[in-house]
Amino acid sequence: MSKQIIASSNQRARQLTAAEIAEIDHELGLYPDKQAVGLEALKIVQKHQGWVSDESLLAIAGYLDLPVAGLEGVATFFNLIYRRPVGRNVMLFCDSVSCWIMGCEGLKAHIKQALDIDFGETSKDGDFTLIPVPCLGDCDRAPVMMVGEDLHRNLTAEKIDKIILDYRKGEGSE
Amino acid sequence: MAKIVIDGVSYEVDPANNLLQECLSQGLDLPYFCWHPCMGSVGACRQCAVKQYRDADDKDGILVMACMTPASDGTIISIEDTQAKSFRADVIESLMISHPHDCPVCEEGGECHLQDMTQMSGHNYRRYDKKKVTHRNQYLGPFINHEMNRCIACYRCVRYYNDYAGGTDLSAQASHHHVYFGRQADGVLESEFSGNLVEVCPTGVFTDKGFSENYTRKWDLQSAPSVCVGCAVGCNTTPGERYGSLRRLVNRYNSEINGYFLCDRGRFGFDFVNSEQRLTEPVRIVNGESQTLAAAELSQTLTEFSSGGAIGIGSPRASNESNFMLRCLVGEKNFYAGCADTEHEALQTIIEFAADPSFHCPSISEIEQADAVVILGEDVTNTAPRLALALRQSVRNKALSLAEDSHIASWQDAAVRELAQQQRSPLCVLSSYATRLDDVASDTIIEAPGVLTAIGFGIANKLSDKAPAADARSVGAYAEVIEAVAEQLMAAKRPLIIAGTSAGKTDLIHAAANIARALKEKHGSEKVDLCLLVPEVNSMGLTMMVNKENTLGRALKKLSSGAVSHAVVLENDLYRRADSGVVDAALERLENLMVLDLLETATTAKASVVLPTTAFSEHEATYVNYEGRAQLSFQVHMNHGAAKPAWRWLNGEQECDVETMVNRCSSEARGFDKLGQLLPDPAQFVAGMKIPRQSQRYSGRTAIKANLDVHEPKQPVDSESVMAFSMEGIPAQKDAAFMASAWAPRWNSNQSISKFQEEVNGKLKQGHIGTQLIEKLANGGAYLPPASPSTEVVDGSLEVVLAHQIFGSDELSARSDSIQQRMTDPYIGISPTDAQAQGVQHGDMVSLDGIEVPVVACIRSKMPEGVVAIYCGDGDINPHSLPATVSIGSSESPVGERGIRGLIVSDLLEDY
Repeated sequence: MSKQIIASSNQRARQLTAAEIAEIDHELGLYPDKQAVGLEALKIVQKHQGWVSDESLLAIAGYLDLPVAGLEGVATFFNLIYRRPVGRNVMLFCDSVSCWIMGCEGLKAHIKQALDIDFGETSKDGDFTLIPVPCLGDCDRAPVMMVGEDLHRNLTAEKIDKIILDYRKGEGSE
Repeated sequence: MAKIVIDGVSYEVDPANNLLQECLSQGLDLPYFCWHPCMGSVGACRQCAVKQYRDADDKDGILVMACMTPASDGTIISIEDTQAKSFRADVIESLMISHPHDCPVCEEGGECHLQDMTQMSGHNYRRYDKKKVTHRNQYLGPFINHEMNRCIACYRCVRYYNDYAGGTDLSAQASHHHVYFGRQADGVLESEFSGNLVEVCPTGVFTDKGFSENYTRKWDLQSAPSVCVGCAVGCNTTPGERYGSLRRLVNRYNSEINGYFLCDRGRFGFDFVNSEQRLTEPVRIVNGESQTLAAAELSQTLTEFSSGGAIGIGSPRASNESNFMLRCLVGEKNFYAGCADTEHEALQTIIEFAADPSFHCPSISEIEQADAVVILGEDVTNTAPRLALALRQSVRNKALSLAEDSHIASWQDAAVRELAQQQRSPLCVLSSYATRLDDVASDTIIEAPGVLTAIGFGIANKLSDKAPAADARSVGAYAEVIEAVAEQLMAAKRPLIIAGTSAGKTDLIHAAANIARALKEKHGSEKVDLCLLVPEVNSMGLTMMVNKENTLGRALKKLSSGAVSHAVVLENDLYRRADSGVVDAALERLENLMVLDLLETATTAKASVVLPTTAFSEHEATYVNYEGRAQLSFQVHMNHGAAKPAWRWLNGEQECDVETMVNRCSSEARGFDKLGQLLPDPAQFVAGMKIPRQSQRYSGRTAIKANLDVHEPKQPVDSESVMAFSMEGIPAQKDAAFMASAWAPRWNSNQSISKFQEEVNGKLKQGHIGTQLIEKLANGGAYLPPASPSTEVVDGSLEVVLAHQIFGSDELSARSDSIQQRMTDPYIGISPTDAQAQGVQHGDMVSLDGIEVPVVACIRSKMPEGVVAIYCGDGDINPHSLPATVSIGSSESPVGERGIRGLIVSDLLEDY
């Protein structure tokens, strides 16, 4: 198989896992061309690896025979494709208008202090990565945030402390 | 035609165009960023907003983007409307939010489209006082600097690089205020046309790296209209000089040739002019010692060489005037072709076909109109790069015709691309190794040259029974492709066949001509486009000048027989033209060898008299491109040392200016009678005043040599040309024929060119597009039979084909600094199967039987078995000493400094 030229990039593609390949192959059957599968493949790899490393990016580009520069364009366009390692749990904290009306500004400061990180950072113990999002679509129960796959509503400072504690204990899911 | 009203004035316009294009065509100033005359509109930057009115009674109007609005009949718009003006000022203010305002240290300053548009839009006060977004810059190779902070996110770079030039390693990344244009990781920009980013980028994100290191503002450069000498296309260029060295080279618009774009060999390969190895003094070499030749001795030396049947060997890289003068000195009988014999034979054939009334040799702009193309054995990207860029546009004709069917205007770039997706016009590439055009090819056949030729004859035969068929055995497997290609050609409105000399097989050219002739017979068009490429800037001119039978082989034979004692070699290294042993034998017997050249070569090392000649930017000269189009190139700056144009050395003490020389060549040399038409008409000049090579604001002239002498030196006088080494005179304000560099009031960048065009993308007002020298004969030729079977391959040995590289295969550009950083060592492209059979690993040094220099093994997945592609490097291996087949042995030599690390081909194996 010929490879896309990745001149003077010293990074090497990693081997995609069998599970990743199976899921990507499934997507390939659903689209008329490979380019369209790029984003799905990024999501699949992120699901398995937690984030998309350079090695993963090159692997997907190689597997789909897409230019790696174009795939990087897709990967970096979407905020929720992580091109840097993230913590065990990703916290998506809504700072959109409804949550702002319901006082998320104060909670922002609280959560930053509780985790001792700023937005865009990962806690020292690697448990949490904190990212702001514009709206989670649950405005009637604002303020809200997502941790991993779970939505947490009607947040208060106390509730946030408990959520953090629960996830640290490994009992996060509601 | 449609009538539109702009600010109360009526204009006749073409309704197929958009309003922005028409405003510019009418000479109006309307600011824009994302639109480019060659790339259409996407409406991304919102800078060209105008007010459009429903009818004469509509006083309110609406804001529309001029680039996205058709110039349909009855359109009423206003550029000057207050709301439109303030909208444009607001747009540029927001585009400039994070712009660093670093104009004083920016290479673009003084020729910056962003500066021009900012001024034009009236954004003159910066209100934003917050933190700006900043970016990390990337290393993009030896040609281009990257300074992302200056970006205004117009997306022109990726639209040019990816959509227009077919690059894959530059992309738009991230989004909103931190959008980034770069590679995935640091590294060399792979496209052979990356240099155009410098001109496509409206600000200083992508700048010319070499120029940046020897920087001078545009207005301080001395410039003149020039022609690129990198290959036979003859792109028009504007080189710029300061302090005696050539600093940079930019595109010069020619509606029929290069348009707005150059290749990287042309743009960055000029630096040999500044080389420290330039020959500076006329010398006589006695017993290995050089003695400067005094003027008095010179005329005596010339007399020596002009009498007694001395042989003159011309050059495909020398001007018509120099070749002609050498022919005058030695006599037509003794004037020989300075190119390899196989090449000479191919060139003679090409000249014959150029005069054949059935064929038309298309210009670059005509190539862009082709809607079905067959390339027969020519690696266009590496031998005539600008043509490859044109072919990438030709495959888009499918998209344009789909758009027409759907009533989408051709300038609606995003819509047209979205509509067509991957659908392209047919392009069939027949080559002995994978080429850089394969990604847009509908069919790619990679085979040994013999098979390619047979397929070529097969296609012709499929089109017309009268065309002789080829050996059925070798094309058997390709019967379907042959049929498909024949159908595609027949179905096309403007089919195009391309072949050339670089494969060294005249048979391929015959096959190409047969296809074109069969098409002409069946297609019913008056002429069929047949583009036959020649290798060097003046290969055509030389071939027209020299008698058919005066081959280099004959000259060398005559020399080695001892029948002649004197020979003159003009700007030519014979060791690149014939087998080294044969050249050695010929030169050894010679008593006196005079070599005129600008750099030291293996041939100057054998000379008894060496005369230094001027480089392309140091003389006025004419060259003939692959079409037979003659072009005039002006002198940009003063000569290097005692260098003179070769024709002037050869003319001895006789006073003669360049115009007289061109006229003499025109009247005396057969086939050159239209050459004189290239010369400027004296009636064009006001009161005999010359055209300045320096801009009106050229600075520091009184101080330029203050380190040597406090007195201001007199400017050098150019007594011959219509141009002066001065800022005085009448600059070409509206007349583009002799424009030093493109500039118009309020338009400092190269985009000022629209002010000189009859309409956007049209001809230059009074500009020169060159003169076609070759006249068509009354009657066409006949079909040609295929030659005898190709090379017999002995068991275990591999058939040799020549590979060419854009950076390295051209002798002069290979002496330029930045080009050298992109060159590789000689290599041998070999298939994985053959490599395994020979026990060769990728990157190994291997020896070829009979060749002294070891080469790097490069395993290419698409090489046909039994064939190897050899790249000879910059004169490292003499291609004329290569056998037809080679066997490979191991070599103990270490891999050279360059190796093949920088090699960009499309079929390197995965694991390497």
